[in-house]
Amino acid sequence: MSIRHALLALLSEGPKYGLQLRQEFESRTGEVWPLNVGQVYTTLQRLERDGLVESDDTAEEGPQKGFHLTQEGADELAQWLRTPPDFSSPPRDELVIKVLVALGLPGVDVHEVIQVHRRYLVELMQQWTRLKEDESRLDINFALVVDAELFRLDSLIRWLDTADGRLKRAAGGAAAPAPQPFPLPKARRKVGGPE
Amino acid sequence: MSYLELRDISKLYGEGAAEVHALQRVDLSVEAGSLVAIMGASGSGKSTLLTIAGSLEDPSSGEVYIDGRPLASLSRNGKAQLRRQSIGYVFQDYNLLAGLSALENVSLPLELDGVAARKAQASALQTLEDFGLADRAAHYPDQLSGGERQRVAIARAVVGGRRLLLADEPSGALDSTNAESVMRLILAACHRGLAAIVVTHDAQLASWADRVVFLRDGRVVDQTMPLEGPEALITHVPNQ
Repeated sequence: MSIRHALLALLSEGPKYGLQLRQEFESRTGEVWPLNVGQVYTTLQRLERDGLVESDDTAEEGPQKGFHLTQEGADELAQWLRTPPDFSSPPRDELVIKVLVALGLPGVDVHEVIQVHRRYLVELMQQWTRLKEDESRLDINFALVVDAELFRLDSLIRWLDTADGRLKRAAGGAAAPAPQPFPLPKARRKVGGPE
Repeated sequence: MSYLELRDISKLYGEGAAEVHALQRVDLSVEAGSLVAIMGASGSGKSTLLTIAGSLEDPSSGEVYIDGRPLASLSRNGKAQLRRQSIGYVFQDYNLLAGLSALENVSLPLELDGVAARKAQASALQTLEDFGLADRAAHYPDQLSGGERQRVAIARAVVGGRRLLLADEPSGALDSTNAESVMRLILAACHRGLAAIVVTHDAQLASWADRVVFLRDGRVVDQTMPLEGPEALITHVPNQ
């Protein structure tokens, strides 16, 4: 998330002051990405330094100080909106690495490793889905953020499913042991907790 | 108490070298008011589990209880009556009758069960209204969109106060927005007391469920744990 460009976008609607920018940023991103007011001011100072915004000279420093977009800022925003993010090289995906490492380890059932991750991802998806259950209270920006997260998690699960199937087929004629219930973790890991 | 309970269910097809264990020692219970999703690859036994839960097929061993009654104790007619009155089915390809309007499709199961036509149609119309489909009541299936057809099919599955819904890839042929509408309807019906099983390989669909059970080679290998409050997600998302 580029705070810099998000602030330019908000200022493209008209002059605003810092506190207002923070509130609008949070509500436009479905309040999924909290932003502290310090980040807003630091970013505004840099934008001003780069000539992309100008501050209202007459106002004192602080929450009531207003900012507006310059032509350079408008051009920068227009260019940023149309520049695709860099997806050209695959990220070092930790999930992919874990499955690949599990493949080579003696005594490790890669299908069990896959299932542990699949279950965790489905649990996360259940939580995100709950957030959009009440359609009447669903803010459109928030719904888009939730959808994006669900599709991202879904794509990981699809990869796990594909890996599971591919490995099963590759094992081919070898007599596979009957699947047993996989052990459940003793405590559910906190969302976003350390690995 | 569980509305549906499968105890130690196994299902074998074929004999000798051709023997296939479609299900092996499966236990599963579904409470009234809850939605359970069954996830698994093709051939994992998902659909077999659904047909056994719905008494469309008998298990090779094990017991199925619906509302506390063992299915094995029911006669063929008893099972047919149970299916007509208490169980609704939803399939990927809707299975609506092309020559009947949406209203007639929804009222048909009631009429087949002996409910007078006028009463059945009133009940069907109410269900269509509940599903936001009252203005489609007179439409024939080929005049409805895919999403509308599946919503009519769900209305038909729950009409008349059916208590168990069994759905096999109910949104497999729909785009994601329509799939979401279908799952919202099923979940809303569960909130009114329905017990439901949805089998699917689609995690987005399964994530609407209260509990997700994973099948692999005919066995239950895993299930999701009870959910934390979804609010946990918002506060844990790292601030970038």
